[in-house]
Order: sequence, then structure tokens, then C-alpha cells
Amino acid sequence: MGLEEYKGVFVFAQQVDNVLDGVAFELLGKARDLAKDLSTEVTAVLIGSDIKGLADQLAEYGADKVIVVDDPELKEYRTEPYAHALASVINEYKPEIMLVGATAIGRDLGPTVSARVATGLTADCTVLEIGDFPINPVPNQEQKHNQLLMTRPAFGGNTIATIACPDNRPQMATVRPGVMQKIAPIKDAKANVIEFNPGFTPNNRYVEILNIVKAVKNTANIMDAKILVSGGRGVGSKENFKLLDELAEVLGGTVSCSRAVVENGWQPVDLQVGQTGKTVRPQIYFAIGISGAIQHVAGMEDSDLIVAINKDEDAPIFDVADYGLVGDLNKIVPALTKALKEEMNKI
Amino acid sequence: MKIVVCVKQVPDTKGGVKFNPDGTLDRAAMLTIMNPDDKAGLEAALRLKDKYDAEVTVLTMGLPKADEVLREAIAMGADHGILVTDRVLGGADTWATSTTIAGAIRNLEYDLIITGRQAIDGDTAQVGPQIAEHLGLPVISYAQDIKIEGDSVVVQRQYEDRYHELKVKMPCLITALSELNEPRYMTPGGIFDAYEKEVTVWGRADLKDVDDSNLGLKGSPTKIAKASDKVRKGAGEKVTLDAEEAVAYLMGKFKEKHVI
Repeated sequence: MGLEEYKGVFVFAQQVDNVLDGVAFELLGKARDLAKDLSTEVTAVLIGSDIKGLADQLAEYGADKVIVVDDPELKEYRTEPYAHALASVINEYKPEIMLVGATAIGRDLGPTVSARVATGLTADCTVLEIGDFPINPVPNQEQKHNQLLMTRPAFGGNTIATIACPDNRPQMATVRPGVMQKIAPIKDAKANVIEFNPGFTPNNRYVEILNIVKAVKNTANIMDAKILVSGGRGVGSKENFKLLDELAEVLGGTVSCSRAVVENGWQPVDLQVGQTGKTVRPQIYFAIGISGAIQHVAGMEDSDLIVAINKDEDAPIFDVADYGLVGDLNKIVPALTKALKEEMNKI
Repeated sequence: MKIVVCVKQVPDTKGGVKFNPDGTLDRAAMLTIMNPDDKAGLEAALRLKDKYDAEVTVLTMGLPKADEVLREAIAMGADHGILVTDRVLGGADTWATSTTIAGAIRNLEYDLIITGRQAIDGDTAQVGPQIAEHLGLPVISYAQDIKIEGDSVVVQRQYEDRYHELKVKMPCLITALSELNEPRYMTPGGIFDAYEKEVTVWGRADLKDVDDSNLGLKGSPTKIAKASDKVRKGAGEKVTLDAEEAVAYLMGKFKEKHVI
């Protein structure tokens, strides 16, 4: 494989129901930084049915080119036609870097495509940069330049590894939503569109969609919240979350929760913070009755300010909290709500 | 019906987490468990066994010690255990791991392969779909419900804001979410069986249609450039006060930080 044939930074621009996912814009923001360091271009890969109209939005967020694979087979996400589409784009256009959002789609599409094009894939990266591999020269080993260095947490967030893919192309990475920054949109940008269709012939790997059941969306997006009031098992019951609702309301914040709360059926899964939930970094994160299992901490430790309230003084959540209050949340939370209310009324 | 369930032995990060004085994870002090998503996958297979008399083979790749999770699976009701272990397989990334497991599965008859969505040590969710790719099978990831209809499976595939009900003809590969079910306990008879039964042990030579260049550390396209235990920002202040005092303390801090 001639690695030098592979050029450009590509982004899988995920859309569902012909609406682009925010992670596509975030990846384009990071792709621009990487492309600048490599003196190359950013290309978005847009896959779906009847989706050409979305291309200009990708240009606004930094795509120099947009490859559009538009086919009726691609109306809803299914692993096979999408993997065929993306793998064919990679084989045809040979990108050196391919970025995919670590969504429920990307974490299925990414591994399938990486195995098909026989390259490595690094999951859930938090830092992407261009550098040398090995990072420091090693005797009897060629130090390769302009490599994609992919940093990710492992072991529930307790170790950090930086990974390279020096001998295979493209270098593939997935990135969780909310980790990278999108650019301020370039007004009236027009996409340079390239249409590509590798042909889609259903085979044994095409699954049949019998039904699509959408969840009733009445919950806030906790990834956008500036203030999160998060409850854990210690809250005690579904009803008792009203204490947190009241605190969140005074602060203009949003309620979120730990995995145990979802498992108990007290809150819906969209509000779950942590390794198997969402990664959040609000300005203030209240961890109320949350013990602080590392899977939870991995999803919130980058918050600007963390306040923990827990009756167990040995709870690990106190190890990451800026301010820890050891005590009964049933007393502290209402008192805090009251004090904040009074303070707000003064202003 | 024949089902192969892939499981992984992982350090238990839930509950019994131990830290070193410097805030890093004390791995030596931690126990190992069957990866939770894999255990849900095993339970799904055992329910199909209960209903359709399916034959369940559990397969793991790991150190010789990983034999323990196979015994646990047999004690829960699995019929056979296969341990794939060999020094040359060590240090594998997801590509080399999936290549290895696919090479082992090529020796077996199967209608259905079930893996967990992801393991709690690596959290990549890559190995399941990659095994399917190497074997040319359809894959359904993130399964929250599995049913059999004739020669097909009907699966609820979870997304962030919806699920798709999908149907595909077997053979196929499904990755299971731990929300799928509540795994059963080992039974006394099962535990007895677990130590009577032979676990099959396979090495490199037993892998079918696999090239050496795709195995182990050398066969892994991704290479670790640097690894370190994460340095946490460290604990701030911790106070034990009655509710009124605690609130006064926190309000003071908020004012200091210009939060309010």
C-alpha cells in the first residue's frame, strides 16, 4: 500500500431524517485544524437519500469539499449499505484521515468500515493532533512524521493512551459528541459537491427494517446545559427528584442522573451522565447522592465547577469535587434552593 | 440452533474500585468479572436455549486464567467452553482480536453469534462488528431485544432517540446491551458441571484462514505511542456541617467565584 497516495482529512457527516447531527460540525472544526497542520483539505462525506440540500451547511462549518452518496437504499441507517458507501468512498478517494462521530451509528459503521478497508480504528478519542510516531526517536526504528496521534481514555477513564496508526491508511478515529468545537459558521458558504454512487445491490447482509419507534422527546439535551443538577441512587426515589427539579429551576439548570437512577427507572436514559451515557462539561455540575463510580466520573469530570453532596464522607465523588458537602441531601438541597431563591430576589 | 457467545474477562471497575495513594487505579487489588454486556449476551443465548433447545458455546480469548469466565458461563447453563490463548496473540488491538476470534469461529457451526456491545476495560464497541465483517455476516449492534422467527432473528436495535425493529436471516452476529436482560445466577448443578466439563483450549495453530501478519501486537494496525494513568485534578474542599451552615458555606464560595 502506498501510504503517500492517501491525502486529505475526511469527516463522516452523519444525518438522520435528513437533519445533520451536531457531531458532524464538531468533527469538521477539528478536521480544519488537522488539515492546516498537514497543508491539505477537509472533505465531508454525506450519505443518505435525498440529502444534497444539506451540503452547503457542511461548507459553512468548514468542509472544502462534500462527497455526496445519495441513493434510496440509504434512506434509513443500516450497517450494510452505509458501510459499503463509506468504504467505497475511502477506496476511491483515499483519505489519510477519516473521522466518525462516536454515536450509536458511528460506533457500528466505524468498526465495520475499518475492518473492510483493513485499517486501525481508535474509539472515543478526546484529543486529536498531528505529530511524530514514535513520539521520541527510538534506535533502529523509523520515526514517522505527520501522523495522527489519537488520545483516548480507557479503563473507565482511569488511563489515557495516545495511539497512532503508522502503517495503514486511512487513520480512523471516532469522537464522542460534545468533545470537539465547531467553528463559527462561514456565512453563505457554498459547497463544492462531488457526487459518487458505488451502486447498491442488496445481499444477505442487508437487514430489513420492520418498524421505527421514536422515543417521545420531552427531555432536555443535557450536553447543552450550562448547569446540571445530577442525582444518583442516594436521591432514594423517583418522587424525591422533585428536590433536584426545584434546585435546577432556580438556577436555570437541567436535571441529569447516574446510571443507577436509569436502572431503577427513576429517570430516562437520555439524562444519564457517564461512560455509557453522555459526556458533559457544564459550568456547574451538582452531584447529589452520587457515589462517583469511575464510569460516572469519566462523563463529568471536565465540568468547570463540581459540587458534591453525599452522606458518605468516603464517597469517591469527593475526590473530584471542588466543593464537597458531607450530609443529608434531603436537608441540604431544599435549604440551598431556598437560599439561592432569596439571593436571586435581591438582585 | 447453534449459538456462539463471545465473552471477555475484565477487571471489575464497578463497585470494588481501589485507588493507589496517587489517585491511580490499583489493578492488583481488583477482581475480574465476566464483562457485563457479554453476560447479557450469554443470558440472551441461554433464554433461546430454554425455549428452542439451542446449543450454546462460549468462546473467550485471553490469558489461561480466562478459563474462569468459561466455567462461570457453563455454571449458568452454557454447553461448551472454548479458550483461545497463545503468546503470539498477546497485545492485540481490535483488528487483531477480531481476526483471531473470527479464525476460531470458522471451526464451528453456528446460526447466531452474540457478543457484548463493549467491554468495560476498553469501551471500544469494535470487536463485535469487526468479527461480523471478517466472517461476511450481517451485524446488528446495540440489541435491546432478540426474538427468533423461523430462520430469521428480529431484533430491537437501539439508537439515541429511537429504536429500529430489524429482521435478518441467520447466520448473523448481534451485539448485546446489558439492558437486554438480568443475567441468571449460577446453579449448584451448573457449578458442579463447570468443573467436570472439559474446556477446549485452542492456540494459534487452531485458527482457520488467518495470516500471521494480522495477529497479536505485530498484526495490530494501531500502536500505543504513550500511555499514562490519568492524573485527576484532585479533590477540592470537603466539609461536614449541618444543612444551614453547609448552604452558607456553599453560597459564600459561589459568591467568591462570581457564580451568583
